[in-house]
Amino acid sequence: MVSPSTMKAVRESGAVPNAEYVLEVENVRKEFPGVLALDNVQFKLRRGTVHALMGENGAGKSTLMKIIAGIYTPDSGSFKLRGVDIRLTSPLDALENGIAMIHQELNLMGPMTVAENIWIRREPKNTWGFISHSEMRSRTEDLLKRLNIDIDPMVEVGTLSVANRQMVEIAKAVSFNSDVLIMDEPTSALTEKEVAHLFSIIKALKAQGKGIIYITHKMSELFDIADEVSVFRDGRYIATKLSTEVKRDDIIRMMVGREITQMFPKETVPIGNVKLSVKGLTLNGVFKDVTFDVREGEILGIAGLVGSGRSNIAETLFGVTPASSGTIEIDGKQIEIKSPGMAMKNGMAFLTEDRKDTGCFLLLDIQDNTQMAVLQNRYVNYGFVQQAQLSNDSQAMAQTLRVRTPDMQEPIMNLSGGNQQKVLIARWLLTKPRILILDEPTRGIDVGAKAEIHRLVSELAGQGVAVIMISSEMPEVLGMSDRIMVVHEGRVTGFLDRKDADQVKIMELASH
Amino acid sequence: MTDVQKDQGKSLTGLKKVRRFPPEFSILLVLFGIILVFEILGWYFIGQSFIANKQRISIIVLQVAVTGIIAIGVTQVIITAGVDLSSGSMVGFIAMVAASFAQVSTNDRAVFLSNGWVDLNPLWAIAVGLALGALLGAVNGFIIAKTKIPPFIATLGMMVSARGLAKWYTLGQPVALLTDSFSWFGHSFPIMGFPVPRPVIVFLIVAIIFHILLTYTRYGKFTYAIGANPQAARVSGINIGNHLIKVYTLAGLLSGLAAVMTAARAESAQPGMGVGYELDAIASCVIGGTSLAGGVGRITGTFIGTIILGVVTSGFTFLQVGAYYQEIVKGIIIVSAVVIDQHRQNKRRKVS
Repeated sequence: MVSPSTMKAVRESGAVPNAEYVLEVENVRKEFPGVLALDNVQFKLRRGTVHALMGENGAGKSTLMKIIAGIYTPDSGSFKLRGVDIRLTSPLDALENGIAMIHQELNLMGPMTVAENIWIRREPKNTWGFISHSEMRSRTEDLLKRLNIDIDPMVEVGTLSVANRQMVEIAKAVSFNSDVLIMDEPTSALTEKEVAHLFSIIKALKAQGKGIIYITHKMSELFDIADEVSVFRDGRYIATKLSTEVKRDDIIRMMVGREITQMFPKETVPIGNVKLSVKGLTLNGVFKDVTFDVREGEILGIAGLVGSGRSNIAETLFGVTPASSGTIEIDGKQIEIKSPGMAMKNGMAFLTEDRKDTGCFLLLDIQDNTQMAVLQNRYVNYGFVQQAQLSNDSQAMAQTLRVRTPDMQEPIMNLSGGNQQKVLIARWLLTKPRILILDEPTRGIDVGAKAEIHRLVSELAGQGVAVIMISSEMPEVLGMSDRIMVVHEGRVTGFLDRKDADQVKIMELASH
Repeated sequence: MTDVQKDQGKSLTGLKKVRRFPPEFSILLVLFGIILVFEILGWYFIGQSFIANKQRISIIVLQVAVTGIIAIGVTQVIITAGVDLSSGSMVGFIAMVAASFAQVSTNDRAVFLSNGWVDLNPLWAIAVGLALGALLGAVNGFIIAKTKIPPFIATLGMMVSARGLAKWYTLGQPVALLTDSFSWFGHSFPIMGFPVPRPVIVFLIVAIIFHILLTYTRYGKFTYAIGANPQAARVSGINIGNHLIKVYTLAGLLSGLAAVMTAARAESAQPGMGVGYELDAIASCVIGGTSLAGGVGRITGTFIGTIILGVVTSGFTFLQVGAYYQEIVKGIIIVSAVVIDQHRQNKRRKVS
């Protein structure tokens, strides 16, 4: 076993052993209280390749990556970096040994500039030991130019778009001269153009001999960018294949251990009366003159690029950011929605886009997370929560949604992203909504959970719920929606019926 | 019988259940540990038992009853990720006002209300104290909710102003010679030979009420939600501003109650009463496991935290440790209790 500091010294001397695999882990086991997260898994990364990692939420991908990035220490197992046994004890250790992770939840400091973020802790110094800003700036410019990223090194990271922040993260990882780059669902918040740019950067990194671990839930990306794919399920290693020799269905079968026949099962249900009618809805400076109807049993998809104002429309409908002008009618009656509480009184529910920021109460348990919205109007008697009844109903709901947890008293932060999302959906379904607004309901969720959520939404529509669904994923919008409203730069650019809609037409309207 | 009922007691998905100790468990251990240390040191240096002494137990609880009542109000404030620095000054001001409603007429010293307002029913003084506390608390809450300035600043302002009001009210004079029926609330009565001070009974009742409030009511659930994630709370339909006003009003009400108890116990009121109480109360909360970041905390923890502070103070006096050393060590104990608790919490909730 070689200590990380020795390894670091060897690396700096340039005498890097030339192994076929840049990274090899075997028989890795990791247990958390109540969960066996990894059960003797293995993973091998060749240099100069992109290795995709697939599996449902809770399959163990994120845990394995956190072990590789030094965030967790495994309970047992061997860990070889460039053919040499090593034991990483901290993320810094991993970074200094050439393993960099680009996090799903980006870890940059908003109020600091791009350059400061990239070189933090390694700032170039001038003769007096102070930070040399000019040197830092020129280094950043070089780095960004090499990666073909067009960002001003001196702007504050907080003002950048999600895509650009991700580029900064990648630049930071590359600046460590890392051999292993871990990308955890890098495209989940990117538009297609940005994805293309990201892929070109990944290909360039690959050509430089770096090994890239690429976690994704998107099947199409796998065939676009990956050389190899490893599949995990329930904390176990299933198989590794070349991406040229597998088919989509094989991978899905390996991931879920069962066949998924239909991905987007929106059933034909009778469409009823107009439930929600929006006229001339405007939020100054964000979107303008939005007019649409949603009927009972109908799913209205909202498509558009990230930043087009899709999510803002949903937030305004639900009273999070009250409208500047325009009218909202429910069942033909004009109503005012100035707060989420008012929207809920009118039978609305809103699953927000950002699970962590506006969804979960991370410190609270699953029970509390499930019941928080419904307490507004039900299950309360003289101020007292009718906990027995409510716990029963919450648990039944969690079971219907197949939330994977030992019990309802588990802190929600111990759940995987997909399971957290299911808890949030349970929260809203408990309120028995008549109008359901879903903003990216399946972002970052595995195939199995995705199908379950789709089936559920379709069922709700069958019960006469009017559904508004925002999604960046074309197949989802196309598969689930009865009608699609396309938004571009804060304006509605068109409506498409289910039968005429296709990807090209949506993209035309969305980019104009 | 439905499937759900059949499954209860079993896990949702057949995963192994995790055993959970109540979060107060480790704090209780700390309390026992401290008592044990004093007991041993007591036999070694003083030659007598620390804890097997009715008088001492009575003093310990009496000492902490007043800050304990405040700490309970502050606990719910801290759970919303806020803080209340004004409680100590509010005790000073409200004690003055309440006491002025409880003066006797046969009195050669100043009577601060006009002469018709003496020898009143003590409920007057109590009602005035509670109402004034609630009012000042509501002002705190209103400022925080409407201007969105940090609670630290809002209550700091109230802390300074309320102390000023306390001095202004009688131009610095103490309010003395209170009616016996008012002072009755600060006295002890015997239960099975134990002298039990009435403020302690009040403290216990308040603790039980607020434990129920935080655990079993919508008010409590929303309090935790706001502290855990205000944005998610808002989207879940919670009116954060209104709720915060309620929280600070209740905290003020308890400060008012603490003020009444302080005045009744001292049988007088002075503008300097309650100095530093707010910090003792906050210390009790954090020792008891309440997180200053919000979303976490329980009344049971605060209750134990309060007792710990009382035991430490009393223990040092018992061991005849000088007052200077007492404060030095008290500070160390506050910090170490929180460090230990935080370490334990981190171990418990490792993210998978």
